[in-house]
Amino acid sequence: MNTEPSSEIIGAPLGAPVYELANVSKTYARNRVVALQDVNLTLHKGSFSSVIGSSGCGKSTLLKIMAGLIPPTKGRVILQGQPVKGARRDIGMMFQQATLFPWKTAVENIVLPIEIRDGKAAAMKAFDKAHDLLDVVGLKGFENVYPNELSGGMAQRASICRMLITEPAILLLDEPFSALDELSRDMMNMELQRICREQDATAFLVTHSIQEAVILSDDIYVMKPRPGRVAEIIDVDLPRPRTLNMMTTPKFGAIVDRIRRLLDKGEDM
Amino acid sequence: MNDARIKQPKDMAEDTVWVQEISLIDSIPRWIAMSFVFAVFIGVWQLVTGLGLVSPIILPTPWETLEDMIFVGKNLIAGGYLLKALWITILEVIYGFALAITIGFSLGVLVGETAFGEKAVMPYLVAIDTMPKVAFAPLFVAWLGFGIESKVALAAFIATFPIVVGTAAGLHAADENARMLFKTMGASRLQTLIKMKLPTGLPQIFTGLKIGAVGVMAGAITGEFLGGGRGFGEQIRMAASQLNTPRVFSLILYLSLVGLALYALVTFAQRKVVFWHKEQVGSADG
Ligand SMILES: Nc1ncnc2c1ncn2[C@@H]1O[C@H](COP(=O)(O)OP(=O)(O)O)[C@@H](O)[C@H]1O
Ligand SMILES: [Mg+2]
Repeated sequence: MNTEPSSEIIGAPLGAPVYELANVSKTYARNRVVALQDVNLTLHKGSFSSVIGSSGCGKSTLLKIMAGLIPPTKGRVILQGQPVKGARRDIGMMFQQATLFPWKTAVENIVLPIEIRDGKAAAMKAFDKAHDLLDVVGLKGFENVYPNELSGGMAQRASICRMLITEPAILLLDEPFSALDELSRDMMNMELQRICREQDATAFLVTHSIQEAVILSDDIYVMKPRPGRVAEIIDVDLPRPRTLNMMTTPKFGAIVDRIRRLLDKGEDM
Repeated sequence: MNDARIKQPKDMAEDTVWVQEISLIDSIPRWIAMSFVFAVFIGVWQLVTGLGLVSPIILPTPWETLEDMIFVGKNLIAGGYLLKALWITILEVIYGFALAITIGFSLGVLVGETAFGEKAVMPYLVAIDTMPKVAFAPLFVAWLGFGIESKVALAAFIATFPIVVGTAAGLHAADENARMLFKTMGASRLQTLIKMKLPTGLPQIFTGLKIGAVGVMAGAITGEFLGGGRGFGEQIRMAASQLNTPRVFSLILYLSLVGLALYALVTFAQRKVVFWHKEQVGSADG
């Protein structure tokens, strides 16, 4: 209600709402599993939010509904002022697997969204932009390499480029780095933060790593299972830009602790 | 102190070096192994025929077979009547395979891509596929006559089913993430089919083509056995009826070369088209 003054105090003015979800519920007809119950959330322009929770608590379901890939059983999803009814091109998505297509080179994979949208000729014209993006994620020189010659981390970098090539306003990320080792994951997270700031993108990250959620996010939605619901929203008021060093600060530790306790309570039920 | 340990490992005794042992039989080079099996095969053959254990009408000696192969080979090279017969069979195989690919691929897309095909067409295909398909040969002869058409039809009939199954399975091979990705890119159904599902399914499609390539040969020859004509199958049938067993053997061997060539052609195409697929790396020399 009084978001205006409080945001001034924190010093991070809230952007316009990008996503608005109201009472979103999902029951899978096949097995009558209540995957989501009355989820409400608002994502503001340029913000980074995470959703955390044990596996099976409905995180991927939430993301798919937001992306318009599956319909909610109940509730409303508004993206950039428009109700979501089906898949939308202003969304960039990433999954745990890089999902690069093995018959295309790295650069051909990256321009695929343009090829689909505007045809082959436009895709060829986007090669320069793809090269720049590969450069940004540290894959210069790998333009013409096929995916099965890339390591897991390199493949994920390439799939970041593919997600960014159409400059989507919103990034939906489903455990994008959870298949990577911890060192690579930390590095990728810092890159992700930088990219989001550079492109002023709104990001929504599904993770089950508390550290990852805290180091990246402005807001963390803590979910609990059966039925899947948002139990708590945690504000992370660590200064930006975030650095890996912050992970050793007491404030960081306190937030991690708080979330861990919330999640533990979820396990008891 | 750590540095010192990194730079100067203690001297290790030579005998701690582990050399992986490969058993003798696995270390034999391929060509020697193949020649060995071939020699054993010929040896047993020679032994059985040389000792007179079986009548020469049932089983000719290796030498007789070789002699006949040379005769047939000369006739083929000279463009004699055997080459004409072989050419007819090759045409049946080519037409039959082309027909099978066209029909099989189309039905495969119908069944693999549309819910209607899956529900309404697939059950009938499965039902027909479980029938012994050569039993249809007399029908094809009755419908299409004793010419090349009835053989082409039987060859295509047999080869179509594996191609349908391979194509349909291939179209189901794409994983959920790939499908979701294409949806978020706003891809149309046709784009999703052409740019994602078909390329993803190529390994399965080629498996179907390979099985089809074997079936098309069997179909053409069976058609010739049952429906006459002037192809290689008819030559085999005639030689057999004259108890000219060496001729039967050598004709079969030449025929197998045609089958092998077709199979090799499909495999070659597969390696070019599905260059990324792991199986191709693994079986590249096999
Ligand atoms: N396509 C589906 N059909 C039926 N049940 C599903 C489907 N997808 C997910 N579920 C169920 O919904 C619940 C939430 O799944 P999901 O959203 O994948 O959780 P998370 O991503 O948090 O691990 C689980 O109990 C799961 O079994
Ligand atoms: Mg999930």
